[in-house]
Amino acid sequence: MQYLIIGAGPAGVNAAEALRRLDPDASVRIVGDEPEPPYSRMAIPYLLMERVDEHGTHLREQADHFADRGIIVTQGRVASIDPAAHQVTLHDGSRLGYDRLLIATGSSPASPPIPGIDGPNVSSCWTLADARAIAARAVSGSKVALIGAGFIGSIILEALAMRGVQLSVIEQGERMVPRMMGPQAGGLLQRWCESHGVAVHTGVSVEAIEAKGVRLAGGRFVEADLVITATGVRPNLGLLEGSGVKVEQGVLIDRHFRTNVADIYAAGDVAQGLDFCTGSYAVHAIQPTATDHGYLAAVNMSGRVAEYEGSVNMNVLDTLGLLSCSFGRWEGVDGGEHAELYSPDDYRYLSLQFEGDRLIGANAVGLFQHVGVLRGLIQRRTALGEWKDRLMRDPTRLMEAYMATTQVI
Amino acid sequence: MQRALHIDPGKCTGCLQCEMACSYENEGLFNPAKSRIKVFTFHHEGRFAPYTCTQCADAWCQKACPVDAIQIDRNTGAKVIVEARCVGCKVCTIACPFGTVNYNTASGKVIKCDLCGGDPACAKACPTAAITYIDADWTGLDKMRAYAEQSLAGTA
Ligand SMILES: Cc1cc2nc3c(=O)[nH]c(=O)nc-3n(C[C@H](O)[C@H](O)[C@H](O)COP(=O)(O)OP(=O)(O)OC[C@H]3O[C@@H](n4cnc5c(N)ncnc54)[C@H](O)[C@@H]3O)c2cc1C
Repeated sequence: MQYLIIGAGPAGVNAAEALRRLDPDASVRIVGDEPEPPYSRMAIPYLLMERVDEHGTHLREQADHFADRGIIVTQGRVASIDPAAHQVTLHDGSRLGYDRLLIATGSSPASPPIPGIDGPNVSSCWTLADARAIAARAVSGSKVALIGAGFIGSIILEALAMRGVQLSVIEQGERMVPRMMGPQAGGLLQRWCESHGVAVHTGVSVEAIEAKGVRLAGGRFVEADLVITATGVRPNLGLLEGSGVKVEQGVLIDRHFRTNVADIYAAGDVAQGLDFCTGSYAVHAIQPTATDHGYLAAVNMSGRVAEYEGSVNMNVLDTLGLLSCSFGRWEGVDGGEHAELYSPDDYRYLSLQFEGDRLIGANAVGLFQHVGVLRGLIQRRTALGEWKDRLMRDPTRLMEAYMATTQVI
Repeated sequence: MQRALHIDPGKCTGCLQCEMACSYENEGLFNPAKSRIKVFTFHHEGRFAPYTCTQCADAWCQKACPVDAIQIDRNTGAKVIVEARCVGCKVCTIACPFGTVNYNTASGKVIKCDLCGGDPACAKACPTAAITYIDADWTGLDKMRAYAEQSLAGTA
């Protein structure tokens, strides 16, 4: 059996390791196009903060980790897939055969059509190569403008601020992290960042990027030596052209990670898979989904049957010491109920969303002990019974509710 | 034979000696807020429950870690944070459905129970044997593991 995995990110690497364990005699190969050993994009902010060196971003600590396990990692860029021949073609023209193929090509930054966005003073923050370029230019005292204060933008925000740059953030939405948290929580983040010396412009779009900075709609000008974009991502689907693999927002996969084409599977940021909370198919583009996908795709590829329950969209964010997180359907659902604690003076916020007596989503700011139970309650669909009403009155009794209803002890 | 923490909430008096011992052992100070074991109080019923990581086999924290900073202690089977590798991203704190991995603002890294390398301070400190460190077979650990392993993501 020959397993071929395209993409050496967390989805591809977790899949390869699981395939090795599940099918010890098979050939397992990862083809990735980046020159570094398999690494984690998520670690890039901490590289920029100089908490770790590049080795610290590697997905696996030991250099011989993959060789030791008989997992072949080769550098190359897959240009196309020929399902009839069960072969892929690389950019250099060489071909590789497969019995089962996993597409784990991740996503790339999406650039909005802003004049000047291709200029030499503009960079995204997505790869180790980007990180090196940013580290060379975002030095203490320099002026940096960050376009986009979504989840990824806000993570980069912290890294840049910790480098001692004069930072301005521009977000088109009405608040920071508009797709992760509501107005009160987003407002807390903004006020916190501003009180820590970051200029935050929300509800305004960028008209143009110029040599000396960023021109905003309405005429304001934000000076910057370096402009960093964090304006969303789109899945890497180019290699699928002509393959017949069905794509919508990402590669459409079923609950067994199969695409519509025989022996081709997909996982991670590139895949549009089942969302546990909504029951629909979505691209999540987060690390926990990528690793769950990678592992369970491998189980299915190995011939076992594992039906995916879907992933819970979740994020945790640290903006200069203010912690926040979001889970599942934090915006709530029609006919659902909602418990909320909002304490702006001490930057605390907790919001729980219920459907019937079950938790379906949550947002928290300034609360960082035992937050994982929010995932536990959501993903087990725990019936909260009388604890639902208690939480409606006082959402901070969360841990008590968890212990009482799950009886893990 | 691997050993595990066995918790009998019925015997817990809420004295918090375990939290003190844990924080002293691991952080060098008596600060329950830094403890990896936490005693929860059910105010209305006057009940207490010590709570910490079950070292589940299918460790969600370990899988979610982007930089291989959660590794298995070969002697105890505990999932331990490798401080030198942890970048403090906190993804494990939301991935663990038990909420037993927590962020430590002082170190900028996460903390969780590591069984103190095989000699857990909480069990030694507990005056009522509500927390014991015994052969895994006897702890009901299987039940807890089964609970932990009811796959959240899929049924393999
Ligand atoms: C700065 C930053 C911070 C982040 N922080 C968080 C966070 O805090 N929490 C969180 O949940 N997520 C975070 N993310 C997102 C997270 O990193 C991704 O969800 C995750 O990397 C997805 O893993 P993946 O394996 O699907 O894709 P990727 O990690 O993108 O890996 C895919 C690999 O495939 C390669 N590839 C693409 N096309 C081809 C081809 N044709 N041939 C060969 N190779 C190819 C790519 O170059 C890449 O190396 C962050 C991302 C960034 C950039």
